[in-house]
Amino acid sequence: MMDRNPLILGDKTYKDITDDICEPLETVPGKQWMMMFFSAKSLLLFYLASVATILFTGMGLMGTNHPVAWGTDIVTFVFWIGIGHAGTLISAVLYLFRQKWRTSVARSAEAMTVFAVMTAGIFPLIHTGRPWLDFWLLPYPNQRGPLWVNFRSPLLWDVFAVSTYATVSIVFWYVGLVPDFATVRDRAKNKIRKKVYGILSLGWRGSTRNWSHYEMVYLLLAGLATPLVLSVHTIVSFDFAVASLPGWHTTIFPPYFVAGAIFSGFGMVVTLLTLVRIGFPKFKDYITIDHMEVMNKIIMCTGLLVGYAYCSELFIAWYSGVKYEQYAFINRALGPYWWSYWIMFSCNVFIPQIFWFRAARRSIPIMFVISIFVNIGMWFERFVITVTSLHRDFLPSNWGMYDWSIYDAAILFGSFGMFLTLFLLYLRAFPAISIAEVKPVLYVGKKKGGH
Amino acid sequence: MAKRQSGVAGIWSDDEKILEAAAKMRDAGYKKFDAITPFPVHGMEEAVGIKRSGIPYVTFVAGVTGCCLGLYMQYWMSAVSWPINVGGKPMFSIPAFIPVTFEITILFAALFSVGAMFFLNGLPKVDPPIIDPDLTSHKFALWVPDDEVGYSVEKVEAFLKELGAEEVKRMAEY
Repeated sequence: MMDRNPLILGDKTYKDITDDICEPLETVPGKQWMMMFFSAKSLLLFYLASVATILFTGMGLMGTNHPVAWGTDIVTFVFWIGIGHAGTLISAVLYLFRQKWRTSVARSAEAMTVFAVMTAGIFPLIHTGRPWLDFWLLPYPNQRGPLWVNFRSPLLWDVFAVSTYATVSIVFWYVGLVPDFATVRDRAKNKIRKKVYGILSLGWRGSTRNWSHYEMVYLLLAGLATPLVLSVHTIVSFDFAVASLPGWHTTIFPPYFVAGAIFSGFGMVVTLLTLVRIGFPKFKDYITIDHMEVMNKIIMCTGLLVGYAYCSELFIAWYSGVKYEQYAFINRALGPYWWSYWIMFSCNVFIPQIFWFRAARRSIPIMFVISIFVNIGMWFERFVITVTSLHRDFLPSNWGMYDWSIYDAAILFGSFGMFLTLFLLYLRAFPAISIAEVKPVLYVGKKKGGH
Repeated sequence: MAKRQSGVAGIWSDDEKILEAAAKMRDAGYKKFDAITPFPVHGMEEAVGIKRSGIPYVTFVAGVTGCCLGLYMQYWMSAVSWPINVGGKPMFSIPAFIPVTFEITILFAALFSVGAMFFLNGLPKVDPPIIDPDLTSHKFALWVPDDEVGYSVEKVEAFLKELGAEEVKRMAEY
């Protein structure tokens, strides 16, 4: 049998693990974190101001208009939802596959999921144009009949998919956090701290009877979250695929969207974890270069899947013999939005090929840059799908361009402020690596047998 | 929600040694004792003699309930309460109702499983007494409550020491 590299570097004891992971929670934040937090928070305030301006003035500020009625809001919604998928993949799918390396990165990836879904959820609510009536999306008894929602509409499926996904992700994340909150509680020297983490830990004790039920629930949640995460992006893709617009009406969309979501999500995980490694040098023993390399392999693999989907779409457009479908794809690659198509293609398919080289997979600066490119590319993928299909459909008299406005840019960039603020606060308030999950894999790849 | 009990606890700092000790304790006829560990120690359930958790049954029943309720909700709203013709599709259009049915199935199964775990573990507990704050970090304990078969403080203390406990503690309530 091949020797495997240790998952946790250094000669650690269980106590060292607790100390290392709890350190960011128990120390005053350093300059780096403060600077990042203030930038993120300023961006968040800018975001709130932009959203408020749009709400008070009206949707006319944004570029969506006939014929491009779906714009930044939908593009960015799909982008953020996709980001979230990698977190569930790491925490649930890799758990079912018994991938022990997931323990170091699962907590932060799940946090990323929760925050990305929160960030995403705001966009369709803004997109409705009158967000104060968004409760109409829910089937509740009302005095208009009662008039119910239309369960035959993919947009309504999306409401259920995304809200279920958000709920289950938060519950899954919280269940994982409970024993770690108990650890923080028992270490707390300050009374308020003990109280707060005591409440969060729900009085967790860690008896074997508790662990037995706990581990079973964790396994069940992983088993439930796996089909859920696949269903969510499948249903997001139905928003497009169920419509009869050329470029949207294809059966490849569900798997293509899921692969793209995992691809972009892993890009974001790598972006965040490279920063976490720099910010908390002690975490380098837990989130090792080996961990990063495995994730880069997944980025390359899903990047190839996405590339396959792009090529398959082109082939099917030609093979279908439908001239509208053929035109939609020629227009994507060579029409007025050719640049977005080629940004998408290069960022998602060509650039990640650098990861064929081991040295590139293990170099922090290279993987950071590539992960940014992946994020840019995946935003443009959704832009290409949404905008290029809408702006030229069947009749040339119905053609137009997307009137991108400064407010579109403002809420796109501002949403990163919301996401990063939440993530930075999380790093200081919650144990960013799962303490109870890392300890059992302490001896993997080391002399002492292991579990 | 288990009531608080008095009892005796023995503390170890090595997970392999406590695993052996727990197995010996089980073989000596102890039934109600439990191990307190900072992380799930592999093999501890067998050593303490605990049966497999019954939560999967809850998950299954909750999932089936969610599935039926979800489908019935859509049927009732679309075909009974106010039937509206959408694109000439049948009032009870099953294929279009599958996504929402699926989501509600997952939602019910997940929430009820977690609820069952909280209920069975007696969570949330308000200010539970703790044996040692290190038991959520790097120490391990065997806990013998006062309703254990043939319980006596001295006997249990002596047995825990014999098993190699590094520290033995009497707890008035836990």
